[in-house]
Amino acid sequence: MTTKENSYVELYQQYRHSIHKVCSPVLNEPRDKALDSFMRLGFPATSHEDYLYTDLKTPFEIDYGLNINRLTIPANPNDVFHCDVPNITSWVYFVINDSFYVAPKKPQLPDGVIICGLNEASEKYPELVKPYYNQLAPNDEVATVAFNTAFAQDGFFMYIPKEVVLPKPVQLVDIMRSDVDFMANSRNLIILEEGAKVQFLECAHTVDGVQFLSNRVTEVFVGKNASLEYYSLENTHNKTTTISSLYLRQEAFSNVLVNEITLHNGLTRNDVKIDLQGAHCETVLCGMAIGDKAEHIDNATLLIHAQPNCKSRELFKYVMDDSSVGAFAGKILVEQGAQKTEAMLTNRNLCVTPNAKMKTKPQLEIYADDVKCSHGATIGQLDETAMFYMRSRGLSEQDARLLLMFAFMADVIENIRIDVLQDRMRLLVEKRFRGELSKCVGCVICK
Amino acid sequence: MLTIKNLHASINGKEILRGIDLVVNEGEIHAIMGPNGSGKSTLSAVLTGNPMFTVTEGEVFFNGKNLLEMKPEDRSREGLFLSFQYPVEIPGVSMTQFMRSAINAHRAYKGLEPISASDFLKLMREKKDMVELDAKLANRSVNEGFSGGEKKRNEIFQMAMLEPKLSILDETDSGLDIDALRIVAEGVNKLRRDDNACIVITHYQRLLDYIKPDIVHVLYKGKIVRTAGPELALELEDRGYEWLKEQVDEEQ
Repeated sequence: MTTKENSYVELYQQYRHSIHKVCSPVLNEPRDKALDSFMRLGFPATSHEDYLYTDLKTPFEIDYGLNINRLTIPANPNDVFHCDVPNITSWVYFVINDSFYVAPKKPQLPDGVIICGLNEASEKYPELVKPYYNQLAPNDEVATVAFNTAFAQDGFFMYIPKEVVLPKPVQLVDIMRSDVDFMANSRNLIILEEGAKVQFLECAHTVDGVQFLSNRVTEVFVGKNASLEYYSLENTHNKTTTISSLYLRQEAFSNVLVNEITLHNGLTRNDVKIDLQGAHCETVLCGMAIGDKAEHIDNATLLIHAQPNCKSRELFKYVMDDSSVGAFAGKILVEQGAQKTEAMLTNRNLCVTPNAKMKTKPQLEIYADDVKCSHGATIGQLDETAMFYMRSRGLSEQDARLLLMFAFMADVIENIRIDVLQDRMRLLVEKRFRGELSKCVGCVICK
Repeated sequence: MLTIKNLHASINGKEILRGIDLVVNEGEIHAIMGPNGSGKSTLSAVLTGNPMFTVTEGEVFFNGKNLLEMKPEDRSREGLFLSFQYPVEIPGVSMTQFMRSAINAHRAYKGLEPISASDFLKLMREKKDMVELDAKLANRSVNEGFSGGEKKRNEIFQMAMLEPKLSILDETDSGLDIDALRIVAEGVNKLRRDDNACIVITHYQRLLDYIKPDIVHVLYKGKIVRTAGPELALELEDRGYEWLKEQVDEEQ
């Protein structure tokens, strides 16, 4: 282990009691074992096949503060945060760093629906949380996940009982705020029982000009016949490292849409694993990344078809400007017996300057013989003939570029099924391409 | 309006235009005919500023301004329009979006405010009717999934929207059936005014039955080798290009 890894292990051992003291037994139970895994794995080096293009070791070298003693962060989220989607009618919740913000007035939710902090949920409803918590997180394989399991003390919890359909979206706003360089290991758990239906939007923001590391793990269980839309929007500043890991399991006849949008960031690694453990599931997994300056965006996805008659469609698009770096690794695994699988994986990328970089690796691994699968990736520049055609009608070179880049992202934006969010995203993406959003909203440090 | 003097142009070092001289005045329709590979499309590409081609010699003035020094978008804003032989498909960009951007770019160049939404829709409707363009096409992505005829009609629609001073129709008749040809030609004729002009590039006399040229030029090996009245087009239709090629090759 490196000195830094050692210091985190020592930190855990030294503060083990403090960490445990404020948390429920459900959260505490897997910690020691997760720390052992972390000691064995260490932070991933770029020599590791899954991290070839993204160095996650270096961001951990910084001396961050951690809020192990759960001091209250002096912030009213409504004061420091202005929503990117102002017209959305939703139930809004905040996680500040890694603490669930308890609003003075609790919103009225449909009967049986529980939304609260993860630690609170695991104390109040252990019988509900225990069967799910830490069941999908691969602590043995992924160091940052093991690290999260060892240190996580709170986060977001949502439970939707059987056959309950939420009439409006649930929005979770992750805000990083601190006066010193800061690390947060927040942990989310979402459970949809049979036939439940919800639209969920998670937005990640930073409000202070310090270095942040957000190492988030989210586990999602989608029951039989349930339906989930999961939108993740990152709009953080250039000094942010985001490691966001989403593990999702689908039961039979369930329907899931995941849309990962990286609008503005520093260094980001998103891991998404979707496990289709029931027959007749439908899954749309898509995402977009817009990078400029020295931003770095890496999406690594794994879709497992374990049962027959499931359909999945995956689409990721990147537009890389300046000297930004994008990476994509997408794998579809079709297990033996998963007959009549339909799976399509597409990754398309534009590098609009000679200095922008894009690495892509689409993969199919198929062990069934009656399936329809495809995968493909392209990296290219803007279409010169289209550029000239548009300019010959009087559009400036810049406007032509803008329209083409915007058009390129259109099909990912169309995969947003909340109308106000889709409209807003169109505007934000257009602004972003115009350079008007070259700072994240409310940002003070991005140049 | 347009004056071309001794224009030479090449692509990848290969000379295609070898000294073109041409004057187009207001109110005139010129036809440029010629066998395959004579440089007809290159001429239209060079005039509109296609970056694939390099001008090696000569000059071009449009409304008294040096055309070759202008960016493609400024040529358009000055009133030059090319109806493409192969219109480009642009997935994701709607016709409405595209045309509004174009109109507003033209207006900004003239120091005018952007067009209002209602005026724009009115204009779109009016011009769509002129070329009998299906209203639904305007909501689709630019040329995406359009048939050959629809693409050409869409070019004339754009021409009607932008009201250019000089239009170049590059083989607008290719790939058109007789009905589409008539609609396209009628659209062009309706747009004809005393203060604008048109260059029709074509292989065949057929289009010239509908759009009557004042002057017919024959381009061969990168030069204009014959200039005459409309009777020249009829003669070419009758006898083909071979006799003319032989004459010209002998002269040189």
